[in-house]
Amino acid sequence: MRKKQTWYALLFASVIGLFAVANYGNDASEYITVTPTDFANEETPFDTMMRVLTHERCVNCHPNDHIPKQGDDSHPHYFGMARGTSNMGFEATRCTSCHQSENNAYSGVPGAPEWSLAPAQMYWEGLNRIEIAKSMLDPERNGGRTPEETMHHLTEHELVLWAWDPGVDASGIPREKPPVSKEDYIKAVKQWFADGHIIPSE
Amino acid sequence: MTLSLNVNGAAQTVAITDENTPLLWVIRDLLELKGTKFGCGKAACGACTLHIDGEAVRSCSYPVKLAAGKNITTIEGLGNEENPHPVQQAWIDEIVPQCGYCQPGFMMATAALLNKIPDPTDADIDRNIINVCRCGTYYRMRKAIHRAAAIQKETTPKTEE
Ligand code: FES
Ligand code: FES
Repeated sequence: MRKKQTWYALLFASVIGLFAVANYGNDASEYITVTPTDFANEETPFDTMMRVLTHERCVNCHPNDHIPKQGDDSHPHYFGMARGTSNMGFEATRCTSCHQSENNAYSGVPGAPEWSLAPAQMYWEGLNRIEIAKSMLDPERNGGRTPEETMHHLTEHELVLWAWDPGVDASGIPREKPPVSKEDYIKAVKQWFADGHIIPSE
Repeated sequence: MTLSLNVNGAAQTVAITDENTPLLWVIRDLLELKGTKFGCGKAACGACTLHIDGEAVRSCSYPVKLAAGKNITTIEGLGNEENPHPVQQAWIDEIVPQCGYCQPGFMMATAALLNKIPDPTDADIDRNIINVCRCGTYYRMRKAIHRAAAIQKETTPKTEE
């Protein structure tokens, strides 16, 4: 009996191994497109959008304490860097002393056009997804944007879309991307706005 | 590819195969300006600090392609023995360096700071001068930064009100 169980376990392991080998080297997207029929409990556009917006690639630059966060563990930015008066660091040591308009693979320093912190009133750190959505739609906190403008910002701004091209760290290890593909995220954001940008009550 | 750079007031042309080569290596190895130092290579220590269009930049994380057409100043271009920059004079007066390795980066960061804040407070210095000195010369550097501000004030011609 025992022998038989072990044999089945071995067979199972080899089948899994074969699948792994078959997929190895496959250049296809690392994201799986989920179609609504895949789940009984369909993910709403709001859910999809918020899985991205609550990811550290977004929240790290929307701090609640004026201090940018770094890394997948969202630790405070090293060297005492902070917002300064213009969201760009201090007078002579600015974000752009180290961060340029694109990622730098040699130093592992990330970069994108207009690299800076989100303005203080746009803090998301510590907020839940409902609170983030309310903040995003509140002109007092979203830079005076209309919902239409917010939609464009979320789906077109290069610094926002940098989240899917976050480069490598100083050890050459790729930074984690948001858990949804860029295409699915953009689709979800547009759908949520088209549906009237309703914030669910949770 | 060929890039035109302006380094310490002189036009330079460099031929380079990888346009993402850090500016630091072009400055040191192609242009033979060895004052700018390599410390960490990941924008953490500030040893490679130079000025691009007057702003302090860490050249180890700056691809040379972005420097094309811009004005680059290295420690060699800040001043010279006959006519030292106030920061260089203050560094001499306060006998700041220990091993000296980090010092060009600190001096370039300080020169950039004085351009923005001519008379920095200790808090301004703490926020802006965040380079690393393994020898721990921070105490003397702080004195030298204040002294440089004083020298700069003395030597800057007063503008008519
Ligand atoms: S070598 Fe550039 S910051 Fe250390
Ligand atoms: S003087 Fe030696 S590292 Fe600063």
